[in-house]
Amino acid sequence: MMGLCVAAALIGLAWLALILGALLWNGLSGLVPAVFTHMTPPPGEAGGLLNAIAGSVVMTVIAVIVGTPIGILAGTYMAEYGRFSRLTIVVRFINDILLSAPSIIVGLFVYVLMVKPMGHFSAVAGSVALAILVIPVVVRTTEDMLNLVPNALREAGTAIGAPRWVVIRSVAYRAALSSIITGVLLAVARISGETAPLLFTALNNQFWSVDLNAPIASLPVTIFQFALSPYAEWQQLAWTGALIITFAVLLLSIVARALTVRREDR
Amino acid sequence: MTQMMSPASIAASRPATEDVKLEVRKLDFFYDRTRALKDISLSLPAKSVTAFIGPSGCGKSTLLRVFNRIYELYPKQRAKGEVLLDGRDILDRSQDLNLLRAQIGMVFQKPTPFPMSIYENIAFGIRLYEKLPRSEIDGRVEQALRRSALWAEVKDKLNASGLSLSGGQQQRLCIARTVAVKPEVILLDEPASALDPLSTAKIEELIDELKADYTIVIVTHNMQQAARVSSRTAFMYLGELIEFGDTEQIFTSPQDKRTQDYITGRFG
Repeated sequence: MMGLCVAAALIGLAWLALILGALLWNGLSGLVPAVFTHMTPPPGEAGGLLNAIAGSVVMTVIAVIVGTPIGILAGTYMAEYGRFSRLTIVVRFINDILLSAPSIIVGLFVYVLMVKPMGHFSAVAGSVALAILVIPVVVRTTEDMLNLVPNALREAGTAIGAPRWVVIRSVAYRAALSSIITGVLLAVARISGETAPLLFTALNNQFWSVDLNAPIASLPVTIFQFALSPYAEWQQLAWTGALIITFAVLLLSIVARALTVRREDR
Repeated sequence: MTQMMSPASIAASRPATEDVKLEVRKLDFFYDRTRALKDISLSLPAKSVTAFIGPSGCGKSTLLRVFNRIYELYPKQRAKGEVLLDGRDILDRSQDLNLLRAQIGMVFQKPTPFPMSIYENIAFGIRLYEKLPRSEIDGRVEQALRRSALWAEVKDKLNASGLSLSGGQQQRLCIARTVAVKPEVILLDEPASALDPLSTAKIEELIDELKADYTIVIVTHNMQQAARVSSRTAFMYLGELIEFGDTEQIFTSPQDKRTQDYITGRFG
C-alpha cells in the first residue's frame, strides 16, 4: 500500500520535474533582455514579448482590482453577516460551480455580453473575463479564512462594545489578513495562465497597446499563437513566455506560502 | 428560587446602603426549543463579587451571557423576562447593544487578545466611544494596565503583539482591555480555568482589587475560587437557581440538599 502511494507521489513529482526541466531547457536560451524590451515580431524576425507582458499585467491588475473587493465583500457576507442564512448556502453552492466552471465558458459569456455589443475585441472585455475568474477564488478563500477566525475573538470584540462592522474590520480581517492576501495571490496565479477566456475577449495585438478599448496582447494567447506556428523564432519566444509565466506564478506561490507561514508562526 | 437567609445574617454580611446593580426577574432562556434557564430571579449587589457555581450545563454561563446580550450573535437563542441594570430593562428592544456592552464588560474563559499590539488591544476599546488626544489615550492605556497588574511586565514592549504574552498575561490584558472602557459591571466567564495556579492567584488578587469599583459576576467551576473571591454565591442546577446567598453561608450551611451534594463533591 505504502509502496503504491510512494510510487504515485513520485510519478506526480516526476511529471512536474519534467515539465519544469523542458521549460528551462527550451526557454532559458531565449531569455535575453530583448524579450522585455521588444514587441512581438512578424514571422521570421527577432523580437520580444514586451507588449504581451504589458497586456497580461494590465488585464491581470484590472481583474484583481475589480474582482477582489467583490469577492472579499461576498465572502465577508457569507462568513460574518449571513453565516446562518439560506442565501449563504445558495451562494456557496453557485460559487463552487463557478470555481470549477471551464474558463472557456466564461470567455464565451463575456463575448456575448460585451464583445458582440461593442463590435470588437478589447482589453476591458478580457479584464472582465479574468475578473469573473478571480471572484470565486477570492470568495472561497475569504469565507474559509474568516470561518477559521475563532468565534471567541468575535465575541471578545463584541463584548467590548464594538459594532459588528468594527469587529469585522479590526478583529476578523486582521486575524485573517495574510490568508485573504494568499487567496488573492492564488487568484492572480490562476488567471495569469488563462488563455481560453482571452481568445474570445481580448484576442491579441501584435503591437504595443494599453488602450482598454482595443484588442490587447497577452502572454498566454501569444504563447498559444506562437507555439502553433511553423516559425523557429516564434516557437522560441513561446517557450520563453511559458518560462516567464511559470516562474512568475511560482514566485507568487512562494510569496503566498511565506505569508501563510508567517501567520502560523505568530 | 430559595433565598434562605435569616434576617440577622443579611444584616451582618451586607452594608446597610447596599444598592442593587443588576436585577433578574423571571428570566427564561431558550436555545431553539430547549429551555436552558428556568424562571431565574436574583439581585446582584453593586460593587461586590457574585459567583455562579454549578455542574457543567447548569446554565451559569448562559445566565452570564444574557447580561450583555452576547447570545444575540447567534440565531435561535432568546431570553424572556427582565434584566434590570440600575432599574432599566436591558432586554428591552430599544436597548442600544453596543452601549450596553460598553457598560457591561466581559472576560472569557480562553484569553482572547486581539491580533494587534498590546497598546492597541487596550486603545481599541477606548477609541470606540471617546475621541481623545493621543497623550490622553496613552494615559488611559497605562492606567488600565496598572489596574490589571500588568504594567510592570509590559511597559517596555507596548508595541509587541498581544499574542506574544503568556496565557496569564493575556488574560490580564483582556481584563485591562475591559476595564479601560470604564464599564460598570464586569462579567468573568471562568477567567482562570485555562491558567496555571500562579496566574490564577494573580487573577484572583486582581478581582479582589477591582470589586471596589465594579460590580463583578464570575462563573467558575472551581468552588475554592468562588469561596475565595466572592461575597455572594448562586448555585445553579439544570437551568434553575437552587440557592443564592452569602458565600460563607452557601459553603458552610447550604439549605438545599442539592447544593450540599455539589459543594461536598457528591456530583458535578
